[in-house]
Amino acid sequence: MSPTIKPAIVSDLGHAVGPARAPRDAALAIHGLTVSYSEKPAVFSVDAAFSTGEISAIVGPNGAGKSTLLKAALGVIPRLSGEVYVFGDTLRNARARIGYVPQSASVDWDFPTTVLDVVQMGLYRKLGLLGRLSGQGRAQALECLDRVGLADFANRQIGQISGGQRQRVFLARALAQDADLLLLDEPFAGVDAATERAIIGVLKLLRKDGKTVVAVHHDLATIRDYFDRILLVNVRRIAEGPVATTFTTENLQATFGGRLATTHLSELAIMDDGH
Amino acid sequence: MSLFVEAFFLQAGYNATLVAIGAGVLGFAAGASGTFPFLRKRALISDAVAHATLPGIGLAFILMVTFGGDGRSLLGLIAGSALTAWTGLLLIEWISRRTRLTEDAAIGAILGTFFGAGIVFLTVIQGMSAGRQAGLEGFLLGSTAGMLFQDALLIAVGGSLAVLVTWLMRRPMTIVAFDSDYAMTLGYDVRRIDLLMMGLVLSVTVIGLKLVGLILIVAMLIIPAVAARFWTDRSTKMIWIAGCIGGASGYLGAVLSASAPAMPTGPIIVLVAAGIFVFSLLFAPDRGVLVTLFRHRGFQARVHRRQGLLALAAHHPIREAYTLRLLTREGLVRPDGVPTDAGRAQAAKIARDERRWDVAREIYQDTGLTGRYDGLTPIEDVFTADEIAELDHQLGPPVTARTE
Amino acid sequence: MGAEFVQLSLIPVLIGILSAVACALPGNFLILRRQALIGDAISHVVLPGIVIAFLLTGVTSVAPMLLGAAGAALVAVGLIEVVKRLGGIEPGAAMGAIFTTMFAAGVLLLDRTDTSTVHLDVEHALMGNLESLVWLQAEGWHSLLDLAILATLPDELVRIATVCAIVVALTLVFWRWLKISTFDEGFAQALGIPAAGLGLGLVVTAAIAAVAAFDAVGSIIVIAMFICPPAAARLMTNRLEHQVAWSVAFATSSATLGYIFAGYGPLWFGSPAAVSASGMIASISGIILGLACLYGPQRSRVK
Ligand SMILES: Nc1ncnc2c1ncn2[C@@H]1O[C@H](COP(=O)(O)OP(=O)(O)O)[C@@H](O)[C@H]1O
Ligand SMILES: [Mg+2]
Repeated sequence: MSPTIKPAIVSDLGHAVGPARAPRDAALAIHGLTVSYSEKPAVFSVDAAFSTGEISAIVGPNGAGKSTLLKAALGVIPRLSGEVYVFGDTLRNARARIGYVPQSASVDWDFPTTVLDVVQMGLYRKLGLLGRLSGQGRAQALECLDRVGLADFANRQIGQISGGQRQRVFLARALAQDADLLLLDEPFAGVDAATERAIIGVLKLLRKDGKTVVAVHHDLATIRDYFDRILLVNVRRIAEGPVATTFTTENLQATFGGRLATTHLSELAIMDDGH
Repeated sequence: MSLFVEAFFLQAGYNATLVAIGAGVLGFAAGASGTFPFLRKRALISDAVAHATLPGIGLAFILMVTFGGDGRSLLGLIAGSALTAWTGLLLIEWISRRTRLTEDAAIGAILGTFFGAGIVFLTVIQGMSAGRQAGLEGFLLGSTAGMLFQDALLIAVGGSLAVLVTWLMRRPMTIVAFDSDYAMTLGYDVRRIDLLMMGLVLSVTVIGLKLVGLILIVAMLIIPAVAARFWTDRSTKMIWIAGCIGGASGYLGAVLSASAPAMPTGPIIVLVAAGIFVFSLLFAPDRGVLVTLFRHRGFQARVHRRQGLLALAAHHPIREAYTLRLLTREGLVRPDGVPTDAGRAQAAKIARDERRWDVAREIYQDTGLTGRYDGLTPIEDVFTADEIAELDHQLGPPVTARTE
Repeated sequence: MGAEFVQLSLIPVLIGILSAVACALPGNFLILRRQALIGDAISHVVLPGIVIAFLLTGVTSVAPMLLGAAGAALVAVGLIEVVKRLGGIEPGAAMGAIFTTMFAAGVLLLDRTDTSTVHLDVEHALMGNLESLVWLQAEGWHSLLDLAILATLPDELVRIATVCAIVVALTLVFWRWLKISTFDEGFAQALGIPAAGLGLGLVVTAAIAAVAAFDAVGSIIVIAMFICPPAAARLMTNRLEHQVAWSVAFATSSATLGYIFAGYGPLWFGSPAAVSASGMIASISGIILGLACLYGPQRSRVK
């Protein structure tokens, strides 16, 4: 990134190409990211910037590459092209500042471990290989569990709790990482209403502390209540911006195509008017 | 060399001929019946089945000797080995269904335990009456020295039966291998079909034990099927291709080992099969490694080229060195990143296509079409010329590339 | 239980236990990673590794053999990855294709090499030779305190004890990393833990354990010890720490009971000849696993 690059001009391609350069204060800036598993891109040339202190949503149909985008941003899967900056720094340098909540299906729930153990995994990076897990570390893990309302379940095996509770454990683990940027993959998928309230409560508290939250989200009905910004993707970036101006029927239609029932869209449009 | 030619045309003596024919038929049967377990992603069960024959061999020998028999009767030994192998199969199924252990752990556990028990029986036999056990160790690595006509006959009959059953049951086995839940909704008894698949593997294993031994028979059950996968996408064809690869390896391996001293048959057969496998892995036309690597590099270049042109079209700098090199090499940009005339023209075309896509995605709410908006698929691949003309009509007159 | 025990049985029992534990420790992680059969693959490719090491150096000394076997394991793992990734073949079949081929190559090389002067043959490779590892210089338990006599301990014991210590140390040092990358590889990578390297390290450790054990007890026991004790242990508890402890306990008792039954069992049936201790140890570990499958408190899968 040479400093002489002129600022992004308004693209003559509509939304197809993003800003040449993310704002300085972006917590997570992605440039021209392309990832593919086979002979078809799962994510193509996506640019995005998520600003500090906001809760942002990544929205798109199933198979749109949302999880792939997150994983590539974290360096978990290799990218074909593109660059990722975290708080203006490279991924390698900023790794300690990122927390991650994977999609819950990606884990072996039969693994012999307890809820508290899993939360303590969030401390592993700080502990290094041989650092001892102090009583303080334990207390910290327990406190994170308490914040998601699961303190009483600390000693259960991870497979013996409900889906919503598992999701909370993952969130508690990310909290234990004490990260400035939290990436969550469908944290509300398949959870009960109580868990959903608990999770969004925690996320909003994080925002109050100046943390940045980016979540893949699938429920269009709650976007307005939960999020400040939104990135619409379907392999390519469709639109990005504040929820108020970007979460529009046209953009949704462009993202979901025929997949989104028109009735659903008009419902959302009504909500649109209500605001 | 001449010995090889002689052996190849079955002129190298009675024993060599029996071995070559037997190995060829066995290889064909193993390839064919190994196909479905491989497609069902359970290839390594055959490893457990093969190792689980050992205690059966030992037990059968002990029993036959105890009741005054010869102990080396091939049919008796085969019956014993089939019995313990079948027990092992059922136990694997029971463990992975009834406990939280996964199938691979169950396979490994049965394999290790049964093989250990088999070794115990072999040492018991060693203690029983020295000398009489001669030959049982041959079941570990196989031996061709004492191959009899009846051994070849057993392989021929048993092998043909296994191929026949595989062919007859190819449809249910294909469905179960492809999607067992769906097979269940069609009314197939998935558990039985699975057991049948493994039963076929078991029969090939026991008839091949004496010739190639229980460790290397596994290779003949797995390698031809894996190699065949590179040449076809159809399961029925795969049966025959795997059969031919297995048959060719068996025959060639036996011929090779007959044409030189100190060449053990079993390992040579396996190495021939492995050679065919490596060839397939590297050079197969569609799934081969070379083609895949070549395609991947081409794909990566396409992505970078496209992204570079998109950046040019938007008057953005090209950020990545590889992209820049690529476009420079094609004469689309100068090394300092400024586009050439050709580059501008291409960028203008891409910009136009992007606009066409925008319009198309508004008109066609059909995800089958708009789902191909992945940045790489040319719009001409998705829409006909007149449809594109209509898109252009809606776009208004073409905007020439901005050359300010 | 006097001088004779120390002379004839103590060393084999110790070697059996140490081998079993060295294999069971990495086995715990292998079965949780659904890679149980890597142990199977490794125990097959140890043979070509050793033969090649012998061909290159001309001696059957320990260092080259260990290196050869570990090298063969690495080659096998690399090839399996290549076949899996580039060929798009499922892991089990890729493994099966590679290790059987390498085993066949090992048998062929062995057959074509003059190994009559050294102790290297397939049967020995499979069954080991636990019973022959006696300590005739010992005169009783007090010999354990006599440095001069201790120096005559069989090399195999020293070797496997060293390897077992290394495996234990590696398990302890990398405990957290192993645990997290086994449970949730994506999260481990997001933390910056080199999950791929760790997976490879685990396999190499398993290979080293396998080859050290193989030297004394043969490869059958190696396959069984990688899987049976950890699998039985998994059915006893829902905590990894406890599972590993159980697996060590099961490995130890398999080795001890197996050796005793092999040595004394035939006598109870009135037969003078002993049976293979390695085979018996493997069988006992299987029986323990069978009991765990029937009665283990955590035997059933959570839904
Ligand atoms: N590990 C993988 N191997 C091959 N293809 C994959 C893999 N993971 C995802 N895909 C494919 O990539 C596309 C994007 O997947 P994903 O990022 O999971 O989508 P989303 O999270 O938006 O539902 C899908 O078409 C999916 O089938
Ligand atoms: Mg997803």
